[in-house]
Amino acid sequence: MTLSFTQPTLLLFLLSAAGFSAPPAVPETIEFNRDIRPILSDNCFQCHGPDKSHRKAELRLDVREAALEKEAFVPGKPDQSELVKRLHSKDIDEVMPPPDSNKKLTAHQKALLEKWVKQGGQYQLHWSYEKPVKASVPAGANPVDTLVAKRLKSLGLQGSPEADRRTLIRRLYSDLLGLPPSPAEVAAFVSDKQPDAYQKLVSKLLESPHYGERMALGWLDVVRFADTIGYHSDTPRNVWPYRDWVIKAFNDNKRFDRFTLEQVAGDLLPDASRETRVGSAFNRLVLSTEEGGAQAKDYEARMLTDRVRAIGAAWLGQTTGCAQCHDHKFDPITTKDFYSLGAFFADIKESVIGRREDGMLVVSETEQAEMTRLDGILAAAKKKFDAIAPQLEAAQKQWEAEQLAAAATGVALPELAKDAKPAEADKKAAQLAAAALKKEAKTRSAKEKLDLQTYFRTRVTSLFKEETTALAAAEKARKSYYEPLAKCLVSETAPQARTVRILARGNFLDDSGEVVQAALPHYLPQPKIEGRALTRLDLAQWLVSRENPLPARTVMNRLWKQFFGTGLSKVLDDLGAQGEPPPNAALLDWLACEFMDSGWDVKHMVRTLVESATYKQISVSNAALTAADPYNREHARQSAFRYDAELVRDNALAISGLLAPKIGGPSAKPYQPERYWENLNFPTREWANDSGEGLYRRGLYTWWQRSFLHPALLAFDAPSREECCAERTRSNIPQQALVLLNDPTYVEAARAFAARILKEGSSSPEERLNWAFQEALQRQPRAEEVKTLLAVLEKNRAVYAADAPAAEAVLKSGQAPVPAQTDRVELAAWMHVARVLLNLHESITRA
Amino acid sequence: MQLNSSFLHNRRTFLGKTAQGLGAVALGSLLKPAPGQAAAQQGMLGSLPLPQKVKRVIWLSMAGGPSHLETFDPKPKLAEMHGEPMPESMTKGQQLAQLQGQKLLCFAPQHPFAKFGKSQTEICALFPHIGSVLDDICLVRSMTTDAINHDPAHMFMNTGSQIAGRPSMGSWVTYGLGSEAVDLPGFVVLTSLGKGGQNQPIAARQWSSGFLPSRYQGVQLRGKGDPVLYLTNPNGVSREQQGGDVAAISSLNRQHAALVDDPEIATRIAQYEMAFQMQASVPELMDLKGESAQTLELYGCEPGDGSFASNCLLARRLAERGVRFIQLYHKDWDHHGGLKDGIAFKAQEIDRGCMALITDLKQRGMLESTLIVWAGEFGRTPMSQGGSGRDHHNKAMSVWLAGGGVQGGLVHGATDELGYAAVDKLTTVHDLHATMLHQLGIQHDAFTIKFQGLDAKLSGVEGANVIKEILA
Repeated sequence: MTLSFTQPTLLLFLLSAAGFSAPPAVPETIEFNRDIRPILSDNCFQCHGPDKSHRKAELRLDVREAALEKEAFVPGKPDQSELVKRLHSKDIDEVMPPPDSNKKLTAHQKALLEKWVKQGGQYQLHWSYEKPVKASVPAGANPVDTLVAKRLKSLGLQGSPEADRRTLIRRLYSDLLGLPPSPAEVAAFVSDKQPDAYQKLVSKLLESPHYGERMALGWLDVVRFADTIGYHSDTPRNVWPYRDWVIKAFNDNKRFDRFTLEQVAGDLLPDASRETRVGSAFNRLVLSTEEGGAQAKDYEARMLTDRVRAIGAAWLGQTTGCAQCHDHKFDPITTKDFYSLGAFFADIKESVIGRREDGMLVVSETEQAEMTRLDGILAAAKKKFDAIAPQLEAAQKQWEAEQLAAAATGVALPELAKDAKPAEADKKAAQLAAAALKKEAKTRSAKEKLDLQTYFRTRVTSLFKEETTALAAAEKARKSYYEPLAKCLVSETAPQARTVRILARGNFLDDSGEVVQAALPHYLPQPKIEGRALTRLDLAQWLVSRENPLPARTVMNRLWKQFFGTGLSKVLDDLGAQGEPPPNAALLDWLACEFMDSGWDVKHMVRTLVESATYKQISVSNAALTAADPYNREHARQSAFRYDAELVRDNALAISGLLAPKIGGPSAKPYQPERYWENLNFPTREWANDSGEGLYRRGLYTWWQRSFLHPALLAFDAPSREECCAERTRSNIPQQALVLLNDPTYVEAARAFAARILKEGSSSPEERLNWAFQEALQRQPRAEEVKTLLAVLEKNRAVYAADAPAAEAVLKSGQAPVPAQTDRVELAAWMHVARVLLNLHESITRA
Repeated sequence: MQLNSSFLHNRRTFLGKTAQGLGAVALGSLLKPAPGQAAAQQGMLGSLPLPQKVKRVIWLSMAGGPSHLETFDPKPKLAEMHGEPMPESMTKGQQLAQLQGQKLLCFAPQHPFAKFGKSQTEICALFPHIGSVLDDICLVRSMTTDAINHDPAHMFMNTGSQIAGRPSMGSWVTYGLGSEAVDLPGFVVLTSLGKGGQNQPIAARQWSSGFLPSRYQGVQLRGKGDPVLYLTNPNGVSREQQGGDVAAISSLNRQHAALVDDPEIATRIAQYEMAFQMQASVPELMDLKGESAQTLELYGCEPGDGSFASNCLLARRLAERGVRFIQLYHKDWDHHGGLKDGIAFKAQEIDRGCMALITDLKQRGMLESTLIVWAGEFGRTPMSQGGSGRDHHNKAMSVWLAGGGVQGGLVHGATDELGYAAVDKLTTVHDLHATMLHQLGIQHDAFTIKFQGLDAKLSGVEGANVIKEILA
């Protein structure tokens, strides 16, 4: 097995830890946020930072006044400063950081600290807590290019040339739709000589209904959207309409501020509607349990912390999780901030333990009308029945008494008599009734009472047949109409909000903590609200207020990653002290300001990014560029990266012609290995493949089972969505090869692609290869490639010509029909050629 | 702790090599790789700060929460107090699962204990085979955990955290040390099912690599169907045809690499080769035909029966092939009721396999380089649940260790006289992880990776201690 790190965070961590990169020169002017805070945060704040309970020597270094008061350093005088002395001390009791912390400063870091003290030891507010400032840029140019170029110039780097048209259109299709372009679309774009050809293409793609699907991928990870509850039995819940709501929001270019309001408080908006309530399913995407023995207090605490982490990850770019047990060690978020943020969600109506409710009906007006009609019929039938119910009950009581008396003499229910030959259903009903009869009336469970009642009413008595039949029919009609209707868990305010306490060390059994009300983190700008308790709507409005410096940056940082491969600040989920101050801070700030100025217009921002020259560069590097900027943080070129898990699937299905382009609907179940769910229980389950269209839906519609995510998605790094995930890893592992080679989805796709090649790709093998390359990669094959693939073709043709059953076997993969009147040997042989094409690195890479 | 300073260089060198080396790969060499051609997987730790006592870990996860009171912790006093109320001083204000708020009555141990080994240690008489190798086993009777429901408790035992998304211990270990296996994953998981009891579900997150790259995730070997998901060729495709396709894919990928200078391509070529090798090596691994009659007799299993004992035998085969971390799950230990019969079933299912694994490794001279750990996710209450079972319990549980560097025949720590709480030499899950890492040569508190701003460790942020007293 080879080494295949592709996670940038990890690489950089290793690099810096192992001290590979030559240390840069100490800058002329030290900047606290850029040069000093990362050192202090990583090495000192653990004991000398915001968390007062773990503070050593009562010294904190995160606040200048406090540090000066304890004489940690003398501004301008490094040789008189304790801090500097400690850095260089050889005494193991004196040196900082202490050896048992396993932290060690490099010579470069020491030099920076020393120079910082010499220059006066000035502090800055942490960069991401400052309001973003919009750099002024010359009119006419794309500001992204201006700000990238400024950095490149200061570093002595030069940008790369624009990629060719084929690469550009493939890149755009991948980034905006997650699907490959057709050869015709590529040809049209390549030959379009109009100056606005590129802009027109972007406009066309932004209007495609598949744009919303592509954009939803990242958001669904961040909010941990999944079809199941997560813990223990990991049973299903109804949330898929929320996924469709997200897709539609991106397609409609819903303003991001409104997008936020509807998710956090869609039920509390003055204009709340069915649509906004579906958005509020966001609050219900937490993990929950149905485990017997689970304690409500335990899971109440888990759900609260889960929600706070979600807000932190999705909007704030803050790792709040630490503050569950103690004040954050690196960022100013306190335990009180944490639980006060959690208190915003204390109103949400839900059962803490156990089965989720069905949720709100998400139906058309016609369906709603039909539902109302059926409810009406049921109510009427119920009313008629209620009138005669006392008589019926009396009759049942009498019958029960007779049965008990009879049982003493050995006579049982007729279906259970020795010589009776009842139908299975009748026998079962009688058995249930008999079991219930054996128990004293008082001790019968609700189910036993119902078993007995049903038996009596349907099989014993002839009283009030009309009323009982009408009621049963009305119930049945309602149920069968109701069950398949779309439903979604949504937010709703309970009459009584839960009490939220600060849990000391996160211990849910500890009732001694302070009771807190909903409040916003103390270290961020606050709105003035007086005389009433804060609600989720206040929280939502605060998240998208102009004063809040974090959300626009957080969202733009993630968007940048979608189009360039790495965030401007590379740690997507942490814009706090332990994250990375963005090398190009001016660019991130410009994007954040522009996002807000544009009215939180997502499509506008996408367009701004993809129409930049920075975006259009080639992704192929050269030795000098790789040496100067190995991880492409300065964007003197584009980046190449493997498709996300869902897109690997979409791409193969699209090329094969099998893809079902339908948007939205219940989650789909494509082929999955048998017994993959064998470790699931309560209840035990076996995956049943869909048939027809359900097998060919896009990857994002795959049933998302948190504890056992579909293994083909998992192999390509799709997250389980048990926790919010801002950044997927991009690994390169043997299981990916096994999936693309052997998963029936991909075997079937290869076979269907082969059938298309034979049908549509002319008649000579060379012409067919040309056609296949156009479909898969939208380019002509090179001579060497033709040679290799013709050899594959010939060899397999020979194998199948000699072994017809093998050809039949390979053609049986998948449910898609094999076209009639196809040469079976030829098709089987071409399946191998198609398979090679679908497995190519180039076929799963966005370049 | 020193990081492998040549870690990245190795990667580059390797890729450089494969880019040329595989240039010549043809079907023939794919089908019959020259011995030693494939490289072992390297870890991120370079020279280890501590002596490496063991090379690998076999972790026997007894899922469901075995009762310490019917396995390894004798409590005659509890038998005396059967049916009497538990002293309130012990249980007041404590975390309980299904017994929360109910009347708490003492429940006597359901099976007799007997003395085994040179030290004449008492363990439940249901485990005579384990008793016969007790001199090789170190019993820890003072283990505690934080969680009290199955799923969070498994997560805590596997990752040191109750929050999903952390790497499991097998991922940590393979990330740090790599693996010596050339054509198998470095971290392998096997599961077996018992009869009776409750088959508590186990999520795949228990062997997830969390925030580490997914190449460190545990790969589950399944007893039925494809032993590794998607391992088998499609119907109608022979191994030779498969090899031909893989060679063609690699050939085209190499041609592409010449144009775009992307190191990922060389990695992908190597991963296709690895996948193709696994298609042969995994079935060979799973095939027990080559095992002698004596060996099968020792384990008391039949090839392909999917039993815990079979998995123990597979664990030995995996260990021989250089796999770093082998985790066996045996389910059904959740005895809320029917404890007496339930535990007897379990004993029958695991007793012999455990003994055989220790004996077999010892005979082959491999026990000294292996650490075996036997542990559930929590213990059970001395109080009765429904008159025939015990509830979940996190204040006391028994675990045992065997193999390299562990003192056999030792009992470490003790619970109070009713077996309610560990009182002597209290140990935690973090301690257990720290001890395991220590034996592997890893300093647990310096083995960290940045995650969400924190130096995340397997042994937790709260601090952990290597259980030095149990080490030889």
